[in-house]
Amino acid sequence: MRLHPGAWWLWALCLAAVASRTTNPLLLALVIAVAGYVAVSCREDTPWASAYGVFLKFALVVIAIRVVLHVLLGGVGGPTVLVTLPEIPLPEWMKGIRLGGPVSAEGLAFALYQGLQLATLLCCVGAANALANAKRLLRSLPAALYEVSVAVVVALTVAPQLVASARSVRRARALRGDAVRGVKAMRVLMVPVLEDAFERSLELAAAMDSRGYGRAAGLPRRTRVVTGVLVLGGLVGLCVGAFGLLGGSTPGAVATPVLAAGSVLAVAGLWTGSRRVRRSRYRPDRWGPRELLIVASGLVAMLATFLAPDGLGGAALTPGTVPLVAPGLPLLPAIGLLCALAPVVVVRNRVDT
Amino acid sequence: MIRFENVSVTYRDATAPALAGVDLHVPEGELCLVVGRTGSGKSTLLRAVNGLVPHFTGGTLTGRVVVAGRDTRDHPPRELADVVGMVAQDPQAGFVTDSVEEELAYSMESLALPNPVMRKRVEETLDLLGLADLRHRPLATLSGGQQQRVAVGAALTAHPRVLVLDEPTSALDPGAAEDVLAALHRLVHDLGMTVVIAEHRLERVAQYADRVVWLPGGGLPPVTGEPGPVLAEAPVAPPVVRLGQLAGWEPVPVSIRDARRLAGPLRDRLGEPPAVASAPSAEVVRARDLRVRYSTVDAVRGVSLSVGAGERVAVMGRNGSGKSSLLWAVQGTGKRSGGEVAVDGVDPATLKPGPRRKAVGLVPQQPGDLLYLHTVGGECAQSDRESGRPPGTCRELLDRLAPGIPDDRHPRDLSEGQRLALVLAVALTPSPRVVLLDEPTRGLDYPAKTRLAAALRALADDGHAIVLATHDVEFVAEYASRVVVLAEGEVVADGPTAEVVTASPVFSPQVAKVLAPRPWLTVADVRAALAAR
Repeated sequence: MRLHPGAWWLWALCLAAVASRTTNPLLLALVIAVAGYVAVSCREDTPWASAYGVFLKFALVVIAIRVVLHVLLGGVGGPTVLVTLPEIPLPEWMKGIRLGGPVSAEGLAFALYQGLQLATLLCCVGAANALANAKRLLRSLPAALYEVSVAVVVALTVAPQLVASARSVRRARALRGDAVRGVKAMRVLMVPVLEDAFERSLELAAAMDSRGYGRAAGLPRRTRVVTGVLVLGGLVGLCVGAFGLLGGSTPGAVATPVLAAGSVLAVAGLWTGSRRVRRSRYRPDRWGPRELLIVASGLVAMLATFLAPDGLGGAALTPGTVPLVAPGLPLLPAIGLLCALAPVVVVRNRVDT
Repeated sequence: MIRFENVSVTYRDATAPALAGVDLHVPEGELCLVVGRTGSGKSTLLRAVNGLVPHFTGGTLTGRVVVAGRDTRDHPPRELADVVGMVAQDPQAGFVTDSVEEELAYSMESLALPNPVMRKRVEETLDLLGLADLRHRPLATLSGGQQQRVAVGAALTAHPRVLVLDEPTSALDPGAAEDVLAALHRLVHDLGMTVVIAEHRLERVAQYADRVVWLPGGGLPPVTGEPGPVLAEAPVAPPVVRLGQLAGWEPVPVSIRDARRLAGPLRDRLGEPPAVASAPSAEVVRARDLRVRYSTVDAVRGVSLSVGAGERVAVMGRNGSGKSSLLWAVQGTGKRSGGEVAVDGVDPATLKPGPRRKAVGLVPQQPGDLLYLHTVGGECAQSDRESGRPPGTCRELLDRLAPGIPDDRHPRDLSEGQRLALVLAVALTPSPRVVLLDEPTRGLDYPAKTRLAAALRALADDGHAIVLATHDVEFVAEYASRVVVLAEGEVVADGPTAEVVTASPVFSPQVAKVLAPRPWLTVADVRAALAAR
């Protein structure tokens, strides 16, 4: 019995929230390690199980880009100059930007921390992808969002087909012997590929129609409007609230109610929409105690970071780079992150019994 | 079960109706086969059954189509999903989900069936179509035959009373086609399902049909009746029917079994076919130990092949046995992981695309991929320019292959056969010594295939070497002088056509099956022998 994909995504989102709140390299490395360990030990034998590795490589690239950009463009300076690159003079109107110049240890550390933060976020998404396919998650969306989720799933399926079709057309073009480049090559490739995509989508639409898609789904206009307003308002509330909380600069007293109101609105919208949809779902993923445990472990990690008092590591969440000091390990957040390893135990127990 | 009352369909901007004066009644539990030339309105008829015509395609439908008591005028396709299951020509294009089990459940989800019912029906369907081992597999990784069976299964789980299939076997190798047809046969006989099939490869399905509907096209009403007499009259008929007509058998047989029971005297009269003397010719293509490997799959494993001028080679084998990879590797544009290829002593892979095209021409599986201009005339002119030939060369070739295609026609509006002729003309414009064709007979009817075979024969007689990959047993009998059979990327048989195809029933053409043990292959051969007597 597989676990609900929503549980894995919520768990990964909690880890991502931790990463968004800190630039401490020790804590970020711990997040990457926890996400990686859980992804590797809990994943199932699926085609997407190797997603974590792909995202990890991508994350390394991101760090490298961030550091290289810093070296080239400068930004944060500091007294410890490691090397001075030749500076390229820029015209007067680009005065804010500097190309080359001194590279300081403080600036490098700053760039590295920031790159690492971004990389950690990517790793969290990678772990979620390895544990539960995004498409499977879409299948679990409320019935009111069914049309949207089908559209997304279809788009996700069509993308690889477009690539395959472009490849076969390019190969076929080589048979005609002309090596066209530039704008004309675009046309030569695009015409058959787009025609193919268009035909495919028509065929898919015909197939879906023949198989009962959209059957008796005619909601009255008023319900549709109410649902739309509620869902959209809810989503805006959710976004504003989440931004406020994660950013840390908005007082929690403002952000929390907005988040709560947004959630209520969104749920109400989905509920009104779902009441009228007549569809059933084959082998739906269900929430059980194991799923709740996984989400709880993620929440513990998140709360431990967000609520950590200064004495227990709250101060070490954003280590200073000017002057350069060795970052300390924030105690409470680190303990919280170790709790996020709980899914390994949950999944192991299932195998044993 | 299905009733068409004086139905005519005219698409928008069309000058003539696609279907006219169709009066048809298909009773419950019958397997009804729809035949006709390309473009005679078979797909339109099929799509009218569940209301896709005209609800989805547009156009005007006059008359009435009633299925299980529901008029398609008031019931769009989605409201007929519980009575009509539709399987489109390309199963992959119709897949909505990405794993076998979810695809099977999709129609039932739309019909809001309760979960226990869905579970039970999915299990039943998996067993019925032999898909149980594949239940968790992603659809994209399945072979053509497996995909076709999943598409049939996905239509079946809604327990429709009518199943409509558009060319269910045309992309499949003979073995996979047998699997699909056997499953359909079971549905008709065990569950009393009404099945409507349109198909070009009649040699595969005609024997299962209870009734044949022939669409003559051109505004004439369809002819309906017993398979034998209707097929005998139609321009498209499987070889066994043609053989029966030639020998004057009554009633005209449709299955091999019926024909064999009547064939004794003809076998004795014919005797052995004349031995075909194959004169050794100058070697044009030589491939040695050719290998093609895609990440983890060995598509071609050490194939050695030598083709002489004037030879007509057919490469056969299961879906995925490496036929296409072999052709592309020989042409030089495709991937080659090992081995040597020489065409007239030169490795085509080392040439630039332009000169390569002059050495080896290839017609890909999707001929449309080669075309991108808006008119036939434009494509021909472009091809002359690309090949450095005097203007008009391509056009002249096209007129020889398929006369009468106007210059201003859009390539998309051509019939399958005409489009293939256009692409073949484009490939032949630089007059390559070697011509390779990948699965060219898909979507071609019998007269079009006969014309293609004649055109290829003429090319071979001009000294071109021709290699063609196909599943089409009957076409091989008509066209090839030599057959190479691939399995899992290796050559398992290579020899003169008569020898190879009569060696196994899967690759045997119908005439050979009827006249076995004498290795006659085509009706034309038999006719010539009888005339000479």
